[in-house]
Amino acid sequence: MTSKEALFNYSLRLGDTSVILAQRLSEWTGHGPFLEEDLALTNIALDIFGRAKALLEYAAKTEGKGRTEDELAFFRNDREYFNALITEQPNGDYAKTIIRQALIDCFDLAFYTELAKSKDETLAGIAAKSIKEITYHKRHSFAWVNRFGNGTEESFNRLQNGLNEIWPFVGELFEMNEVDAILIKEGIAVDLSALKPNWEKEINQLFAKANLVAPEGTYVQHGSRNGLHTEYLSYILAEMQSIPRMHPTAKW
Amino acid sequence: MGVINFEELFESKLAKNDIIEPKDWMPDNYRKHLIRQISQHAHSEIVGMLPEGNWITRAPSLRAKLVLLAKVQDEGGHGLYLYTAAESLGTSRDEMLDALLTGKAKYSSIFNYPTLTWADVGAVGWLVDGAAIMNQVMLQRTSYGPYARAMVRICKEESFHQRQGYEIMTHLAFGTPAQKEMAQDALNRWWYPTLMMFGPPDVESPNSENAIKWRIKRETNDELRQRFVNQTMPQITYLGLTAPDKNLKWNEAKNGYDFSEPDWTEFKAVIKGNGPCNKERLASRNKSHSEGAWVREAATAYAKKQNEKYEAA
Repeated sequence: MTSKEALFNYSLRLGDTSVILAQRLSEWTGHGPFLEEDLALTNIALDIFGRAKALLEYAAKTEGKGRTEDELAFFRNDREYFNALITEQPNGDYAKTIIRQALIDCFDLAFYTELAKSKDETLAGIAAKSIKEITYHKRHSFAWVNRFGNGTEESFNRLQNGLNEIWPFVGELFEMNEVDAILIKEGIAVDLSALKPNWEKEINQLFAKANLVAPEGTYVQHGSRNGLHTEYLSYILAEMQSIPRMHPTAKW
Repeated sequence: MGVINFEELFESKLAKNDIIEPKDWMPDNYRKHLIRQISQHAHSEIVGMLPEGNWITRAPSLRAKLVLLAKVQDEGGHGLYLYTAAESLGTSRDEMLDALLTGKAKYSSIFNYPTLTWADVGAVGWLVDGAAIMNQVMLQRTSYGPYARAMVRICKEESFHQRQGYEIMTHLAFGTPAQKEMAQDALNRWWYPTLMMFGPPDVESPNSENAIKWRIKRETNDELRQRFVNQTMPQITYLGLTAPDKNLKWNEAKNGYDFSEPDWTEFKAVIKGNGPCNKERLASRNKSHSEGAWVREAATAYAKKQNEKYEAA
């Protein structure tokens, strides 16, 4: 694998993870539990779509075959998508959406803070902009985890159930392959193993505050680094890509 | 010092084009009229999130997704300031929501029509937001301060939305034959419902004297409808599309277009709850509200516990 190929795959991985997460979050728009939360979650989805667009633009440029960010988003199949499995999991109830978001926000803030120091100027620039946004997202999701954990019995139970469902997909966030190895050597990619201790510390603190228990003996689901997904992704793509695929020559 | 006659003071403020603020004395019927109008307007924004929200997950480009999400979010924001403006008159959000969810309160009937293709997202922005602006521009100078101020911001954002809707239509109308066909079909379906947004013909809707006096209304339904047609026709021509009305033609004598009246029987049917999507829209609002009940309860319980802790400390 050349370093250009590695950079293309790395940008796709980050871009796809953002597209699919934002796509899931935007399913809540107009259907939130109350108006203020509807607006907040839509705002978060907007930030993440914005990041996705920038990352896929860079992926397209890195690939250098004349494809656009929209062609990458709307004309690749699920086996060519590299988004983390956690992002494609169904929203479930609001507690599951929130706990998924908190786990991802905690990872993303650490990740993009490191990526902002990358030797790749474009990735570093996108990361620097994202830090501010993710800081707000994390404050929002952490506050809700705390509120659900210490709210009513029902909110606590829903939160714990949501965590149980999403937990098998968390470990994959820290997985690295040849792509990471090549780019870490060049000072471009983030060493994910270095992020783990602090992520665990913060998540354990959050769980303690919200009385949550991390499920034990969970088997870690993985595959997205190789374009292997859960059954949910092809449905997300079928919906998201339907119009461009019906009108492949059209501009929007 | 003489006795202050509140009613005279109120009337003299209106006569001077002064603004009425929440703490000022106001007659009961003024308060009631405003609560009804502002809360209906807020409900329209909230229900209005649904037909366009229907296309968020299918917007055909990343940019289109960002624009549409931001637009639907703006509508939610409009709903929020309008509910707040209505609350300043002494009603509560819960009361207003209850009226919406039980079907007691009205919202704009236009949102009871379905969005069937991506072109409908363009047509709604272009035509529906265009008509809404025409209705709402005069409310920026309405007599009740919180409403007038909310409307200044809302009108700015609405005119942005209208341009975005027209931009979508432009891409379609100058795109592939299938795209152009989609644009024409959307125009055909949204034209008459949009004309209905200005309300029944003047002969059936004598101007409420109060609405004029309170600076809530300045032009009649028919005047606004005529202005909308005059403004929109050149845009339709530019797009190379055709309005679905054989009688539509320029009338030099009146310096405006002649056009056919919408089907007012349909208008009344939709208002009565028999439009294509009345039931779906209300069901969707009720579903989100009832599924969100435990979230709101948790937030309240948490806040209560925090207060107790704070007081105990």
